[in-house]
Amino acid sequence: MNFAYFRSLAAKFLRPSQTHGEMDEELLSHIQHRADDLERQGLSRSEAERRAHIEFGGQTRFKEECNEALGGNFFETLMQDTRFSLRGLRKSPGFLFVAVITLAFAIAANAVVFGILDGLILRPLNVPQSENLWGSAYGDNPMWQTYPNYLDLRARNHSFEDLAAFKFAFVGLNRGNDASLANGFATTGNYFDVLRIHPYLGRFFNASDEHGPNSAPYVVLSYSYWHRVFLDDRSVLGRTVLLNKHPFTVIGVAPPGFQGTLLFINPDFFMPIVNQEQVDGEPLLNARADPNGVFEAFGHLKPGVTPAQATADVNTVGAFLENTYPKQFGHKTSSLVRQGLTSFGGAARAFVFGLMLLASLILLAACANLGGLFSARAADRSREVALRLALGATAGRILRWLFTEAMLISLAGGTVGLFVGIFLLRELGNWQPFAGAPIHIPISPDPKVYLFALVLALASGFLFALVPARQVRRTDPYQIVKAGSTSRPGRKLAFREILLIVQVTICAVLVTSSMVALLGMMRSLYSNFGFEPHNTVLASLNLNMAGYSGDSVPVMQTRMLHALETIPGIEAAGLVNNYPPLVYLAGRRSHIFKHDATDLRPSNVFFAPYRYDVSPSYFQAAHTALLAGRTFSWHDDKTAPSVAIVNRTFAARMFGSTSNAIGGYFKMEDGTRVQVVGVVEDGRYQNLTEDQQPAVFLSYLQSPLSAAFLIVRSKRDPQQIAAEMRSKLHALDAGLPLDIQTWNNLLHVVQFPSRVATMALGVLGMMGAMLSLTGIFGMAAYSVSRRLKEFGIRLALGARRKNVLEAALGRPVKLLAFGSLAGLVLGILASKVLESIVYQATPRDPLVLAAVIVAMSLLGLLATWIPARRVLSIDPLRLLREE
Amino acid sequence: MPPSSAQLLPGTLDLLILKAVSLGPLHGYGVLLRIGQISDQALLIEQGALYPALFRLVRQGLLSATWGISENNRRAKFYELTTTGRKRLRDETGAWNRLATAMGSALAAQPEEL
Repeated sequence: MNFAYFRSLAAKFLRPSQTHGEMDEELLSHIQHRADDLERQGLSRSEAERRAHIEFGGQTRFKEECNEALGGNFFETLMQDTRFSLRGLRKSPGFLFVAVITLAFAIAANAVVFGILDGLILRPLNVPQSENLWGSAYGDNPMWQTYPNYLDLRARNHSFEDLAAFKFAFVGLNRGNDASLANGFATTGNYFDVLRIHPYLGRFFNASDEHGPNSAPYVVLSYSYWHRVFLDDRSVLGRTVLLNKHPFTVIGVAPPGFQGTLLFINPDFFMPIVNQEQVDGEPLLNARADPNGVFEAFGHLKPGVTPAQATADVNTVGAFLENTYPKQFGHKTSSLVRQGLTSFGGAARAFVFGLMLLASLILLAACANLGGLFSARAADRSREVALRLALGATAGRILRWLFTEAMLISLAGGTVGLFVGIFLLRELGNWQPFAGAPIHIPISPDPKVYLFALVLALASGFLFALVPARQVRRTDPYQIVKAGSTSRPGRKLAFREILLIVQVTICAVLVTSSMVALLGMMRSLYSNFGFEPHNTVLASLNLNMAGYSGDSVPVMQTRMLHALETIPGIEAAGLVNNYPPLVYLAGRRSHIFKHDATDLRPSNVFFAPYRYDVSPSYFQAAHTALLAGRTFSWHDDKTAPSVAIVNRTFAARMFGSTSNAIGGYFKMEDGTRVQVVGVVEDGRYQNLTEDQQPAVFLSYLQSPLSAAFLIVRSKRDPQQIAAEMRSKLHALDAGLPLDIQTWNNLLHVVQFPSRVATMALGVLGMMGAMLSLTGIFGMAAYSVSRRLKEFGIRLALGARRKNVLEAALGRPVKLLAFGSLAGLVLGILASKVLESIVYQATPRDPLVLAAVIVAMSLLGLLATWIPARRVLSIDPLRLLREE
Repeated sequence: MPPSSAQLLPGTLDLLILKAVSLGPLHGYGVLLRIGQISDQALLIEQGALYPALFRLVRQGLLSATWGISENNRRAKFYELTTTGRKRLRDETGAWNRLATAMGSALAAQPEEL
């Protein structure tokens, strides 16, 4: 590159007509000079000029070459190629459609997965220096830990600059007119200082506001909640709101874009954790054995401290605490986790990268298919290409034209795919997977996703254009114009065919496993959970939100139960504290000791069954069958001896059998001796695929709690029942926020993994089917168009159409059959994995086999339909005449 | 094409043009004649093929071009060697001579010399 180059470029762009004029003049001048010489040799002027023109050769071609020599015709050629490609593509809309749709599918899949990757993993928490922010999974549980342990960790560690902590505060928030449910974080005073963020309005609370329990009645609103509920009202500062009937002063608004320190939950407000008793109704911060104090602690590591050193440090503190408080604290090895996904981080990362891998496989398969389609097209047009080569087009020029065509298709496919992807990401971002739970998926399409999709589309365009490019480079125009396409189908498997088999196999695996998952899901909807979720409506309420505490809680709960029993057409109304089985994955366990145990330290626990505190009518309302003994009565209250009802597994493991259990005793962790008075059937408790677990039911009158679910069983329309429940409960206390749903709706959370697995397998199966379809179509079309002349001759010589069809489509169909069979076998093997995700998924079902075979045959039929029609419609006479 | 004429090796056209022009400014047709003259009519060049090469050399800054009047009293574009062009000609001539010598001795090798 030098000055002369730019001058010639500049001249070309600034004065294009002049450049062309000069070129014409120069070539003409050359011809005149030659004619002068010829004239001097004795020819007439006109004859001389004619000869000169002929000797010079093809002016247009040389002018084009001159143009190229001048450089800078990139755009000119591009426009020409684009026009030419568009014209070509318009002539084959079927090819265009299949190509664009194939690519759009693959790009959409990749855009969605990349969007998820971006939202969950690439995009850090929206706070300064978030890369150095670590949470400590510490204590007995991966997440929950006790407040005193947190305080000790904060004081004794040498690794963190400071440690903040938070838990959840799901409250009824009253702005003065009515109470609505709001989801907040109860945080330590240093929360905002540790995060190094500054308020949008007003101020944040900080460590100096904490002066013991209930000393800091302040609340900071999140920007989006302030915007949505307080309508950007700046005068909100200093106003008093009621959280569970306790007054809190609004002191500030958090900055926009700050959504708390968990990706899946956007808190509406932040309040000091020292005031938790006011919203929780009971103090949770004092007991070292109560792991409900803190959800997660986190902070920035000191400069120079590595995560490994910090982990060791945290474990040292844990070991110290276990030695100091052996009765309250059993230390398990701690680890450090990235803030945002808590201890789901590892699983989420593995899941997303798995998805990414699948998506790129899909893209690769799509490219292979498009390469196949392009080869078929190039073969169809090999005569046209050969003619252009023979007429003086350079191979480079034809390649450029091929690549332009590929780029046009990849741009179209990429655009369609991106729009589909954006739509899906928006839906996913707005999706609230669980009714009534404040969980969302932190995803929104952003420029990174657009760029990613575009680059991917262009890169794949380049990839699939390589296939026909190889073909063109080997084209010998003379041979093709003379003889037509002559290449013979090879005997051995081409790379593309192996790819196709792999593709069909993967498709069949996906189809098989999605069938297995689907059938399992359908079966699990009607299986026995140890209760009957159909025909029930549940009201979730927390009496603490309406200001009840202590002994007034069970009294009010009993009044509510009796009020619900007066609704006409109901079979039973029951109550369960906390959560019913299979709701929100919220299994609560209690430590149970043998009746003669004296040392009640954590290591001596007999087992830890799920624990439910229920009303006498609960078993009737839930349809849980009583196997032996009695249910609770209204007399099993605090003044009566402690009694329990256990499930069959509990009875078998502690007492040997159901009949032995009745009348037997065990000890709770607080030392209470409890007598077993009844045994009920086994059930599912925390999730659908767990091994059979022991469970214990206690009387809610003996261990009252303000958070409970009321269960109403009735065959009437759930909506009507819900409305009547609301009005009955409203009549008792108008200020109590309620959430009313059917049990089946609440089961969505435990069904979530199997739903997602089924959905993902279904979508991937569809994509796999789509790709196999275009792959086989491409191959069949290619094989037909390559051998069209041969088939024509065969037909002319008297071959039957059936035989010709066999010759044309035998190979693709064989590949399909082979791939499907391999996929079916692999799919049945892979379904073993599914059994752990989808309840009752089993591949040993003739329905699965039949469905897969039908699906794959349908696919084969669809893919070979058009090529087969083409073979059948061969007119040998016309074909041979044209050749 | 007379039987005695040689096929042009790829890449040698540029060098021939540079050599022709180095003997004095020439228009396109003149370049053609000069090449014929200095090679004793052994090297024949397709007339049209000359111009892409000329344009390329101008773009590379090895030749400069100006419009003028030819000996036939016609308007024509005259090409002249630039300083870079002169240097390139020197370099390529050296390289060509080395190649030609090497090829010559290689092809002249006799069995008894081995």
